[in-house]
Amino acid sequence: MFSYLLRRLLFFVPIVAGVMLLTFALFFMVQSPKAMAHRVLGPKATPKAVELWLHNRGYDKPLLINQIPDQPWHDSLFISQMRRLATFDLGRSDVTGRPLSEVFRQGALPSLLLTVPAFLAGLAMSVGLALYLVFIRNAAADLFASLLCVALMSVPVMVYVIFGQYLVAQVFNYFPAFGFQLNGWSTAKFLFLPIALMIVSGLGADVRLFRALFLEELGQDYIRTARAKGVSSAVVLLRHVLKNGLINLITLVVASLPFLIMGSLLLENFFGIPGLGNVLFTAIQMPDFAVVQASVFLGSLLYLGGLLLTDLCYAWADPRIRLH
Amino acid sequence: MTTLPQDWFIKIDALRSAVSDWLTRSFLPIWLPNLAVLLGTLLLALLVWQGNRSERWATAWRRLRGDRLGQAAAVVASLFLVVGSLETVVFPTETGSRTLLQMLLSGIPQEKGYAAPMATHALSVSDPKPLFTRHILGTDALGRDTLVQTLRATRSALWIGGLTSLVYIPLGVLLGILAAYYRGWVDDLVQYLYSTIAAVPEILMLVAILMVLGKGLGTMSIALGITGWVGMARLIRGETLRQMERPYVAAAKAMGQSHWKILTRHLLPNVMHLIVIKFVLGFSGLVLAEAVLSYLGVGAPVGTPSWGTIIDASRSELSREPVVWWNLAAASFALFLLVLSLNILGDALRRAFDPKSNT
Amino acid sequence: MLSVRSLSIDFGSGPARVQAVKDISFSIAPGETLALVGESGSGKSVTGLALTRLLQEPPAVYSGGEILFEGRNVLKMSPAELRRLRGGKIAYVFQEPSTSLNPVFTVRSQIAEALSLHRPEVSDIDAEVARCLDLVGIVDPSKRMHDYPHQLSGGMQQRVMIAMALACHPQLLVADEPTTALDVTVQAQILDQMRLIKQQIKMAMLLITHNFGIIGGIADRVAVMFRGAIVEHGSTAEVLHNPQHPYTKALIGCIPQLGQRRRRLTTIDYSTLG
Ligand SMILES: Nc1ncnc2c1ncn2[C@@H]1O[C@H](COP(=O)(O)OP(=O)(O)OP(=O)(O)O)[C@@H](O)[C@H]1O
Ligand SMILES: [Mg+2]
Repeated sequence: MFSYLLRRLLFFVPIVAGVMLLTFALFFMVQSPKAMAHRVLGPKATPKAVELWLHNRGYDKPLLINQIPDQPWHDSLFISQMRRLATFDLGRSDVTGRPLSEVFRQGALPSLLLTVPAFLAGLAMSVGLALYLVFIRNAAADLFASLLCVALMSVPVMVYVIFGQYLVAQVFNYFPAFGFQLNGWSTAKFLFLPIALMIVSGLGADVRLFRALFLEELGQDYIRTARAKGVSSAVVLLRHVLKNGLINLITLVVASLPFLIMGSLLLENFFGIPGLGNVLFTAIQMPDFAVVQASVFLGSLLYLGGLLLTDLCYAWADPRIRLH
Repeated sequence: MTTLPQDWFIKIDALRSAVSDWLTRSFLPIWLPNLAVLLGTLLLALLVWQGNRSERWATAWRRLRGDRLGQAAAVVASLFLVVGSLETVVFPTETGSRTLLQMLLSGIPQEKGYAAPMATHALSVSDPKPLFTRHILGTDALGRDTLVQTLRATRSALWIGGLTSLVYIPLGVLLGILAAYYRGWVDDLVQYLYSTIAAVPEILMLVAILMVLGKGLGTMSIALGITGWVGMARLIRGETLRQMERPYVAAAKAMGQSHWKILTRHLLPNVMHLIVIKFVLGFSGLVLAEAVLSYLGVGAPVGTPSWGTIIDASRSELSREPVVWWNLAAASFALFLLVLSLNILGDALRRAFDPKSNT
Repeated sequence: MLSVRSLSIDFGSGPARVQAVKDISFSIAPGETLALVGESGSGKSVTGLALTRLLQEPPAVYSGGEILFEGRNVLKMSPAELRRLRGGKIAYVFQEPSTSLNPVFTVRSQIAEALSLHRPEVSDIDAEVARCLDLVGIVDPSKRMHDYPHQLSGGMQQRVMIAMALACHPQLLVADEPTTALDVTVQAQILDQMRLIKQQIKMAMLLITHNFGIIGGIADRVAVMFRGAIVEHGSTAEVLHNPQHPYTKALIGCIPQLGQRRRRLTTIDYSTLG
């Protein structure tokens, strides 16, 4: 187990290094720091302001290796950036100058309040619906459900949101159509609509996927054995199919768990929820390169965390898997 | 110790702005779109012709002929293709270049402002002037016919789908098939490359690339291509590995056929159907991505009709009094219809090639 | 006890419909062993599964005939009655032990599931499971029953399958190629074990196989299936020594015999069989 973890972490090192290189190349080589300064400060910024902006961030250092006499060779943009990320220092916002670790920490809670309930409820609903479809085994219902799923998948999130907000604002006035408060019951009221929309927008794809997964399990030999023992179809489904299906589901679902913290780009913006998705949305509009760069780095760490978590859950749930 | 000269930035900036100017232009050089339509048609014809020669494709074709839903989806998708092509073919005129679609629909007059569907008078409380004509789906803020604008926006969606497919399919197929064929360090390298790219959440990667490269259909295709090839490479690598275990590959090797011949004559045809299915399903994803990115403000540049930008603009229209809903409805529905038909067509193709699959 | 009368089974519908079982009849008396022999695809498994209506409908269609178990038509039973029949009165052992056991449940819980369905009166489940495993020759059963299927060898897995089938004292055991997936020495052990158990408890058996070689010491009667129909039916000795149907002759010709050197194994010439 320990050696497994160690090997896995060693495997992650080159990937994280690759991501760091990739972001450096994208942000500092494909575009020059000067161009970046102009994008942030506006095309009419004075050379003085640009220089100051670059100097404050250390972006005026030589690109890869410092060859200026009397300066240490490692005092370069590349090496300082790598060192910064390697010590998990996320830097400061280009626009507000706030430390990003603080910005991200503040945004995490609202994001999680939105995504965790949506994830759990969505998962429960899709698994339930998929099981139900497999249970009734009715050709007409299958066709109808699969068409409905494809239709649900074909609607972009923003259309869901616009219609949802319109409906709530105009028709049922109980839930607020916009806004956020961290205050018990009113938080729940504010989050109701975004959570509902998040569930609906993911439902089609999930039900389809899980249904295929359960159908595949249903065709296995051990299901025939169970039926030959006299087990009823409901128990076959809820005991034999479900357990095997859920184990397979782990590979599909657990990897996305760490990303719950990133929130939802579109939904948070639409509903004014001050989560990480909204931070990113604002950064795109500004533009605030430091935020996007830090998000890419954090995102890749979360992804690798998801891989690790998947392996651990899989080993825990499936008796056939042992981590060595 | 060597390092890049300081004028690296000057050179790279000049290059970058030249490339991004070219990529972000909303109208590409006049001959390019026309050529693209021609090439696209040829490619499609080639695919159908090639397909007819293989056993697997012939069976799939026969199954598809019995699939009503798949056929209906194919018809709808083709209609969009025709509309997008009409909007792509451009003619130079004295007053600037115009697309075939614009010329065909030039009889529809432009109003002064909003008009409701089938209304006879403008949608202005203070000044409801009579309109030049009735508009089936009304007009937008500038008085342009909503139906025409919606149809014109098809071009952006199809361009993104088409251009991106031209980037990610060759890249993904090539890397995937080579990794599986040569194994060893080639495989390690390809796997490292795609693990690294997959490690960055797709939307973050897209946003980062688009922020740096700037808005535009060209840059959007490049960004979507960079993130998109990973899935294709994984799929093709897996399937090629499976094919490599089949005896015909060993036989071809034993007969001393060249690597190139084995790759193109034996392996590629056997994964071709997967490429086509992935292409169709991927296309629907790209159309959706285009709308979302344009909505986020990093996609289609101002002035290029796109469903994403129409939807973005129509958000504020909903709070007007009386409500202007037709622009939103038309763009959303067109987007929905294209994505839906592509999804259904992709599923039908998958069923046709692999009847045992569950979805 | 069991009698099948002109049973026909089709698959699919419309033009794609195929008849997998054609008008077959046979019966099995209590304690008797009938071997159902035929080549791959001849409809043996379909027949076996049909006895408790285990085929998925659709695509399967019971297009004619009846299956009488203790005088009652299985094809007319309610779902609840069918569940009582399956496992309780007619139990199954399948060909592929490695996939036929549920990989995520222990051996104990899979046998206990059968017990709880058909013998709810058993209170000491652990002891009963251990007894069943002991019966099929698993050493140290009280420890092995906490294993998952993948921790057992193929032969042990098949013994578990047999133990699970026998746990509820069925009157008829349908063994569908119980030894085909195992290697030869294990095959012999399992067959011996089954013969032994049959002597201990009085139970009828339908032994499905494509291999005439294994039925000698175990089957009382043989039915030969060819393309969905039963083409020959008789006592084991009769059929083995004096086969009537050319297909049976050909099949028996395929068995390698010890001590008969220089004789070529025959191949089946289908053109003569019609
Ligand atoms: N689910 C099904 N759908 C369609 N046809 C089927 C199905 N199951 C069985 N069949 C058909 O029924 C015929 C008999 O199959 P069956 O499995 O009984 O053969 P078998 O004698 O048991 O062969 P084997 O020795 O390979 O197990 C086959 O030819 C097959 O085509
Ligand atoms: Mg069989």
